[in-house]
Amino acid sequence: MKLDTSGLNSIVPFSGTDDGLEENIHLAVSSFQLPRTTDFDGFQKKAVEMVKPAKGTTTLAFIFKEGVIVSADSRASMGGYISSQSVKKIIEINPYMLGTMAGGAADCQFWHRNLGIKCRLHELANKRRISVTGASKLLANILYSYRGMGLSIGTMIAGWDETGPGLYYVDAEGGGLKVKGFLWIRITVRIWGVGQYRYDMTIEEAAELARRAIYHATFRDGASGGVASALWDDVGELHYKYYPVVPSPVEQEMVEIPVS
Amino acid sequence: MGSRFNPYDNNGGTCVAIAGVDYCVVAADTRMSTGYSILTRDYSKICQLADKSVLASSGFQADVKALQKNLSAKHLIYQHQHNKQMSCPAMAQLLSNTLYYKRFFPYYAFNVLGGLDSEGKGCVFTYDAVGSYERVGYSTQGTGSTLIIPVLDNQLKSPSPLLLPAKDAVTPLSEGEAVDLVKDVFASATERDIYTGDQVEIVIINASGIKREYVQLRRD
Repeated sequence: MKLDTSGLNSIVPFSGTDDGLEENIHLAVSSFQLPRTTDFDGFQKKAVEMVKPAKGTTTLAFIFKEGVIVSADSRASMGGYISSQSVKKIIEINPYMLGTMAGGAADCQFWHRNLGIKCRLHELANKRRISVTGASKLLANILYSYRGMGLSIGTMIAGWDETGPGLYYVDAEGGGLKVKGFLWIRITVRIWGVGQYRYDMTIEEAAELARRAIYHATFRDGASGGVASALWDDVGELHYKYYPVVPSPVEQEMVEIPVS
Repeated sequence: MGSRFNPYDNNGGTCVAIAGVDYCVVAADTRMSTGYSILTRDYSKICQLADKSVLASSGFQADVKALQKNLSAKHLIYQHQHNKQMSCPAMAQLLSNTLYYKRFFPYYAFNVLGGLDSEGKGCVFTYDAVGSYERVGYSTQGTGSTLIIPVLDNQLKSPSPLLLPAKDAVTPLSEGEAVDLVKDVFASATERDIYTGDQVEIVIINASGIKREYVQLRRD
């Protein structure tokens, strides 16, 4: 089984000088260290039980006339303990694509960030934005190569590209689905029958439906709770209903060098 | 059929961090235990990674030591390549990636990273063992964390995460008040958690640098 470990290559600048130290670090991180044991599955099960990585969630997304709306709760639980009530489960892959987090928090954060990097590289290599289809396929293929190793990711890639709004479901078993209408992911609770979904809703109606659906799920599900937030994605802009975007301070910006 | 080699152990202990407007307090007890025995009363769980970033970790101290060394080495290379120290948010991302690279053989370390961000505001990042992280106003990890976090929620939780615009995560408490709060919570946790006690090491990061303080706790 050949794992796709390209996601782990550190972005080392091509310096040309043979810096022995740099090379070693590069090699050291180009593959996941695996435990030397005869019983990999048993070890993974015990390790997960012991460290109890944070997980637990209700998320939903749907396409409507104005674009895609994505909504999620904000609770993270480690075993029976609520480790946080304010987790950001909607992850911005890039300014026009969002991913939701369900399952293992670290898995979702890491692989979404990795997907964002791959999408940016695609843009630089091809001089155009990647489609939502393409992005979800990239993620699905990476996860497929880690199939069976215990990654826990159930995510929806929602975004806007040239063909309009796109919504895809990707999970750690390597499955991927294109979604035309309504999709929700929950860990234990059903949220059927919460409201009327119509394609031609206004933004306010859609946000209200999204929020109410999350509310009903969190009412009955101990692993979901916290704050319900709804983000709506439209032609390159993100409008935050509940938590405003804090622009992360840019440490260095790449500047276009004028071609002489 | 004997007992297989278990690569992990839990050395106990508790870590706390609180972010203020222009300071950050990171504290951890200094007891190191295994099972019901105390290995030493004088072991520091806190490591300064950069001039504005301090890491406190509880869990398996051998993994913690390896993690600290790993991060320090990566920070040194960063300094050589960029001619400056790593900012706290950058260190936070580095720590998350370092933890995730061992996703299939995790560092048994529960971390809290505290420091000042590039604007000089206090920041605290809390982690799980495989690298998921979040910037928060305060956090605690370790064996005494379930005893301490409800107290911190009561004293420090921002009035409402539902209010718009979202209130700042940092606490309006002054530095002195935050340090007193930390001393109080450790004293309480020591009463009820067998793995927490002996001494608490309190590190305060502010614009003028890093200060350390030690307070004695119950040794029983």
